[in-house]
Formats: sequence, structure tokens, C-alpha cells
Amino acid sequence: MSTTQLFSYTLHLADNALILAQRNAEWTGHGPVLEQDIAITNISLDLLGQARNFYQHAASLYNNFNEEEKDAVDKFIPRLWKEYNRELQEDDLAFLRDEHQCLNLLITELPKGDWAHSILRQFFFSSFQFYLYQQLQNSTDAQLAAIAEKSIKEVNYHLRWSSEWVVRLGDGTEESNQRIKNELADLWMFTGEMFIPAPYELVDVVSLKTDWIKKIETVFAEATLEVPKQSWMQNGGKEGKHTEHMGYLLAEMQYLQRTYPNVTW
Amino acid sequence: MCHSLVLQHFYSTIKDISISAKCGSSQKKINMTFFKKYLYGDYGDKEVPTGGSLQNKPVNEWPLWEIFIRSKQGLDHKHVGSLHAADAQMAVENARDVYTRRQEGVSIWVVESKYIHASNPDDAESFYEPANDKVYRHPTFYDLPDELTHM
Repeated sequence: MSTTQLFSYTLHLADNALILAQRNAEWTGHGPVLEQDIAITNISLDLLGQARNFYQHAASLYNNFNEEEKDAVDKFIPRLWKEYNRELQEDDLAFLRDEHQCLNLLITELPKGDWAHSILRQFFFSSFQFYLYQQLQNSTDAQLAAIAEKSIKEVNYHLRWSSEWVVRLGDGTEESNQRIKNELADLWMFTGEMFIPAPYELVDVVSLKTDWIKKIETVFAEATLEVPKQSWMQNGGKEGKHTEHMGYLLAEMQYLQRTYPNVTW
Repeated sequence: MCHSLVLQHFYSTIKDISISAKCGSSQKKINMTFFKKYLYGDYGDKEVPTGGSLQNKPVNEWPLWEIFIRSKQGLDHKHVGSLHAADAQMAVENARDVYTRRQEGVSIWVVESKYIHASNPDDAESFYEPANDKVYRHPTFYDLPDELTHM
């Protein structure tokens, strides 16, 4: 693996976690029940912690690059930071990159929707993350392996929590079943992207698909839901081509750091 | 003298009867509400706007659970609070989310609130005060002869 690949891949993992953390945080104060409000915001914080670890790793990688390597990844480096004349830090990568520089999966940037939407999205994403981190623990990069080892405990709980809620909604009342069926029809086309490898991917994502599908089928069987047969999948997030929702998300998330450059608490 | 008795609210499902009596001359309104008798410790959900009695609970409310957590250094599970959940497994997970955020615990017990019975504070006088002046109940009250070495 080249250092450019490693840098891009770390950014991709970090963006996934950060963007989904941002979406889940929108539930603060709006959860259906107090305990579930706390549960989903806890998940958001867990993801934010993972994002921080990845961004710190990416920033320290960049700061140790030589000129040639820095040129190779220049398209991901925020323009604003270059005016600050200091070392690259995690916050610069998180809050100053433009939409085409972000490498997150499309499924993470979709709006929070209703409870069924967030649950189903979390289920799809967490099951993917779980198998991904299992593989990532064997990475040749020690730091990535360490982050994966720490994070997989959190993701284990996210997966458990979201799969139980999928069962509760799917096998619940008429209304909940209808709602989650609607969300399934909308969300399924975003799940294929996880298994289409990007040039910088350091884990063989195609091999994760069988485990992932098996998990989905097991939980869906209990939730009386059917795995859709649709085969056309949305794509583009890993190259920086995002949905219409990404612009608004970044505008809200990055507003402070862009309006007050180099601001500190 | 009250001339008319108006039945204001009558719920057939709960035993709450509120009677408003209007006295013709002095316009005095007497409100008498009859409650079902509860023993102390029958926990109701006091945060609910209906007032907290078991009969007034909204129909869709999940049952209330009391949470006990044992910390790493502890031997006993301590009561930390309560929460709502649909069943026991969900209660354990909610307790994990709500009460172990700051690393307080290694073990969680959940008990549905309706299974917890408590003593009545009105009985506190007769329950606990007689024990205060019975010093002979403490082992230190007794002088042991020196020959006893293994007490």
C-alpha cells in the first residue's frame, strides 16, 4: 500500500464516522422516548470518537509526508488551512474540506428522517462497519489496526441495538411495519456502494458482502421483512460525488470554523 | 345549604369521582375527589401530567423499571434510578445507555417497579425507634472473660 492510499483510506473511514455522527446528533432532544434519545446520541458520540481517531492519524501522516507525497494528496487538503501556516490538525480535515473532498458513503449523509429511517440506516451501516473493522484489525498499518480494535467494541453494541430495533419495528404494529417497509424501499439502493471498492481501499470490501447479507437476512427474517431484489445501486460517495443533502450538512457543520478562521475556545 | 349537586367528571374506567357542589347563596364550590387507596411504595410515574396515580397512567406507557448498578470496586448493586422499557432485555440495554456513561458499572440489575414494595414512612416511629435504646443488642455490650481468646 502506498502512503497516498493510506491517507485517502483513513479520510474515507473518518468521513463515514463523522457524517453519520452529525446526522445522529440531529436526534438530540427529538428522540421518541428519553432512553432512546440518549441511546442514539451515545451512538453519535461513539462515531465522533472514531472519527477523531482517524482524523488525528491522517493529520499526523500528512505532517510527516515529503513534498512529493504532499502533492499527491493535495486535492484532499483544505484550501483555507494553507493560509494558516501551521501543522495540519484533525479539525482542519473535519471542518474545512469542501464537498468534493469528502469521501464518505452516501448512506451516511441522508437526512435523519423518522425513527424507522435512522434505525434501518444505522443497522445497514453498523453491520458493514462491524465486518469491516474485523478485517481492519489485521491491517499492516498499526494505528488503523489499533483504532479498529478499540472501535469494534462500540460497533458491536451499535449493531446489537439497531438490529433489535429493526425487529421491534418490523414485527411490531401495523404502522411500524409499514413505516420500516417504506424506508427499506428508499434505503436499499444506498447499500451497494459499501461493497464497490475504491482505488484506495485497503480492505477487500467485496469479500465482506456475504457476511453482511447473511446478517441482514437473519434479522429481516425475525422482523418479517423481505430483502429487496433491486440491483441498481447509488454510487459516487467514495470519489467525492455526493447527494443533494451533503451541501446543507456541511454548511451547518462547518459554518463556525469557516466564518471565524482559526477560532479557538 | 347546597341546593344542587353537579357531577362534573365521571370516568368509568378509573375510580376517580370528582363532585362539584355549588351552594346557591354563597356560591361556594366544594370539590370532593375520591381516590383509590394506595399503599406506600406502590410506585406510580410521578412525572406524567395526569398526576401520577396508577389509574391515570396513559395506556401506551411502557412499564417502569428500577435500576441497580454494581461499580467496579463494589460488592453490592446500588439503586441509581429508573427508566421505561418494554421488556427486561430492553431495560438492561437502556440502563447501559443511561446509567453507565461515566464508567460507573460492571453489572446491572433491573426490576420492574411494581415488584418493589417499600415500608410506609408513617410507620417509621414504631418500626425503627424502639431499637435505639436497646444497647444489649450490640455485641460490644458484653464483657468477655479474658480466658476467651477466639471470640
